Parts: sequence; structure tokens; C-alpha cells
Amino acid sequence: MDLSPLFITLKVACFGTMVAFITGILAARVVIRMERFKSLADGFFTMPMILPPTVLGFFFLLLIGKNGPVGKFLMHFDMNLIFTWQSAALAASVAAFPLMYRTVRGAFEQVDEDLIYAAQTLGMTNRNIFWKIIFPNSKQGVAAGTILAFARATGEFGATMMLAGNIPGKTQTISIAIYTAVQNGDLPTAYFWTCIIIGLSFGAIIILNGWLLKKST
Amino acid sequence: MDMLYASFEKTIGKFQLNVNLEAENEVMGVLGESGCGKSMTLRCIAGVLTPDRGKIILNGRTLFDSEKKVNLPPQKRNVGYLSQNHALFPNMTVEQNIACGIKGKGDKAQRIINIVINDFCLSGLENHYPNQLSGGQLQRAALARMIASEPELLLLDEPFSALDNTLKWKLEQALLNVWEQFSGETLFVSHNRDEVYHLCNRVAVLENGQMKEIRSKMDLFDNPNTLAATRLTGCRNISRAQRISNFEFKAIDWNIILHSPKKIPNNLQYVGIHAHHLLPMGKEKEENAMMCDIKRKTDAPFSIIVQLQNIQGDCAPIRWEVAKEEWKKLNAHDTINICLPNERFILLEA
Repeated sequence: MDLSPLFITLKVACFGTMVAFITGILAARVVIRMERFKSLADGFFTMPMILPPTVLGFFFLLLIGKNGPVGKFLMHFDMNLIFTWQSAALAASVAAFPLMYRTVRGAFEQVDEDLIYAAQTLGMTNRNIFWKIIFPNSKQGVAAGTILAFARATGEFGATMMLAGNIPGKTQTISIAIYTAVQNGDLPTAYFWTCIIIGLSFGAIIILNGWLLKKST
Repeated sequence: MDMLYASFEKTIGKFQLNVNLEAENEVMGVLGESGCGKSMTLRCIAGVLTPDRGKIILNGRTLFDSEKKVNLPPQKRNVGYLSQNHALFPNMTVEQNIACGIKGKGDKAQRIINIVINDFCLSGLENHYPNQLSGGQLQRAALARMIASEPELLLLDEPFSALDNTLKWKLEQALLNVWEQFSGETLFVSHNRDEVYHLCNRVAVLENGQMKEIRSKMDLFDNPNTLAATRLTGCRNISRAQRISNFEFKAIDWNIILHSPKKIPNNLQYVGIHAHHLLPMGKEKEENAMMCDIKRKTDAPFSIIVQLQNIQGDCAPIRWEVAKEEWKKLNAHDTINICLPNERFILLEA
């Protein structure tokens, strides 16, 4: 049995989660401090969650494809993203980002405003207030957002298919492997990967619950 | 010059806040019912809320001036703000919390930390997290954190509201110690007349967002001249009043005609009388006295609180507080003749 889909999925999902983790937190920080254009920015950042993954994939194809602006730019350095695991990671990042962003934003906004007022009057800089007060007191939200982002990145299908294609051993993730196996009538393989993905998802939820329970006691 | 000048307006929805105050090296009380804009006033001065219009000047520094477009961020105002809940950072120990407000680092910071920990009786609790402390310890730690940041002005927003009476008393003593060393102004916001009376020299009454004149506490408690001030200074018996003649008026809610030796103002609107100022009388009819049903008796530690109602019916209840000894001697059961002594009237004009 070729286990490469598992490793590709883990590689892509970990990368996607990491990118979504960092950008989601930074985007949430920017948006909570905005006064004007707040809902505009929020709408923009939530877009990838609302659009069908195929549309997302299509947008990125236009952007990083051979004739797209980013694609042309990369051609100068002899680089190509299409049909590589990196583009699958990009798709996973973008798909996972809104989940991270929305969850941590909610958590940041839940932090007691009295704490922030106290920090401000004590003379703490906005940067310190965020990293020393708001962030540590939103750990549950950050944990929940990370798990959701990981789950979304693991299950990404539509955009990945359009950007990275279905190359066994190179870009074929578990979800795509299941699709291919069913298409070919290879049910044992489909069962196998289904069990693996159930295990992965279930494990993620167990970890999340463990973290939340530990935090709340 | 050590003084605070604040004059500003802010509107949120239908609520209008209008503040006007000057404080000079003193502890000023701001007395008001819940929702009258007390916290909003302090937040505007601290800089975490921005007023719509006006000016705030502290010790010669302009903190806010809508005309000159000055609006210092709270970080640069050097003002200490203590909210109703202690607002200690839950992810930090007592010592780390205190360190947050100290400008310097190293030895100097450690020295300040040691001083406030000692001053506020927090020794042994330095490495405790807020969820490991009791209510009184939390407020002392919050106070220590505020003082360690060396503010020029203290803003205290009902700092005792979550404490029981014994702790309240202890924290009041801690605050009095602070003021012995602190040279700036303090605004002390509360809805509790006892706290304000214990701690403040002058008192501003905030009524529905409007700040009335500022008066010395003696003067305010002796002659509260507005309905809100009368209520806030602890008068429970207030009735609508209608002037009849120069020395006679009717207390509408109690259905009684009252006489006063002092001339009654033309635009009399309310009459008030403190619960402990009522006097029991004999059976005979007397001036300013009325026969009342005894509706309910409540035992307080040192007195009896009696709910009375004019027997003529359809009247608002009157609260009477009487010492236990005296109540026993009276041996009253269903009715009692009660006098409203005219020298105790609080007459409020429209």
C-alpha cells in the first residue's frame, strides 16, 4: 500500500495550519483595532469560507497560473507553483484562514474590556497589551481556531484539485485519494483512507477537548 | 499647580453626559445612582472613552481639548484607574501585575514592587495568581498596581462594591493611608452615601448624566437641594408637595397638611424626611402628626424599621427607624400617631 497520501496530507495540512495560525491572528488583531472599514475588512477575510472551493481554486489559478501576474513573476526565477505540493499547501492555507481568523477574533473581542482599560491607564503599549493581555487570555479561542483550521486544511479538496491536481506521490492528498479510489471502483483503498481520515479528525477533536478542559479547571 | 479641570459632554444614543468639575488636591466624591454616567465620566477622564466636546486639564497638562484637537491616549495621561472589578490580569501573578505599570526596569522597579507589596499587606502573595486570592486581596493588589504606576490622579470607580462590610472597612483604611502620601487629586465614584461621607471632602452629584454643583459633604448631607441628592444622601421618605399658603403645604403622597415655621418656597415640589427623624406621639391630635397603620416591622441589628401608612388609606408608605429600646416602651400594635417634626423637613423646589 502506498502511504504517500498520508504524508502529503500531513505536510500540506501542517503547513496550511501554520500559515492560517499566523495570518489569522495578525488579521484579527488588525480588524479588532479598526474603526472605519471594519465590516469591509471582515467580509474580505471571511470570503474564502463563503465561496465554493472551486471558485477559490479558479481565482488562484488565474493568479499563479502561467499567464497570471504571480505566475509570470515566478517564471523569471524558473519557479512554478501549479501541480506542486506547495500549491496544495497554499489552497489549504487560504481555506483554513477564515476559520482561524473568525474564531480568534471572537476570542479577542471577548476579553474583558476592563482589563484593556486597566492596561492602557497603566501605560502599556498597544503591542504589549495585545501580546501580554489579550492573546494569553484568549488561549481557548486560539486552540479552537487552530483545530478547526487543521481540520479544514486536512479535508481540503476542491481548490487543491484545481491548483495541485491529482499526481500520486506528489500532490495526491487523502481526500483526493479517496475520490480517485471510488472513481476506479477500488473500494478497499477508499475504506482504508476513510478510516485514516476519521481517525485524524477524531484525534483532533480529542486533543481540542483535552486542551479546553485542562484550561477551564 | 495641582488641579484637575474637566468640562465635557458625551452623547451615546439617548444618554447625555454633561460633566463640569474642578478638583484641587483633594478627594472628591461623585455620587450617583446606577446608570447615571459615573463610570463614563471616569472613563472619559482616563482617556479610554473620548468625549464629544470639551476640555480636560490635569496639573497644567491638556489631556483633551476638542477645539485644539488634543486627545492624549490613556497611556500618556498618567492617570490611575481602578474599576469595580479589580481588573487584575488573570494570566499574571500579583508581582507581574504590579510590574506592568512601572515605567523603569531592574532594581528600581523591584524596589517599587517591594514597597507597594509591603504597603498593601500583600507579602507572601507575590507569586499567587488572581484566581487564588480573596476579594479583599484582589482589590488591594489592584490598588497596589495602580499606585506603583505613580499616577498624578486617581480615579476610583466603586472600588468597594464587591466587598463585604468588614473588608470594605479595611480597604477604606488602606485608601486613607494612600492619601496620606499621595499629593494629587482623587475622584471617588460611588452610589453609597456612607463611603462618600467617610472618604471625601467635597461631593458632586450626578443625576441622569447631568452634573449639578459641587458642594462640601456637610452642606450636601444637611441640605440636599435636588431630588437625586436627597435620595442619594439616604432619605427614603419623599412625597410630592403642594404649597397652600406661606406656612402650610400638603404632602400629596402621604395625604397630610404640614405646617412649617419657615416660609415655604413658591415652587415647592417635594418634601422629604429621614426615617430616623419621625417622632411617635400620644393619641391626641397634634400639628404635623397623623394616625398610621403599622404595615410591617423589620428587625435591624440596632433598630426596628417600621413601615407606616396613613390610616386614611390610599397613601404611600412611610419608613420609620426607631431604636429597639424605644420601640419596646411604646408597646404599639396596629396603629400609632406619628409626627413629622417641621425642623427636619427637606423642602425641594422645582
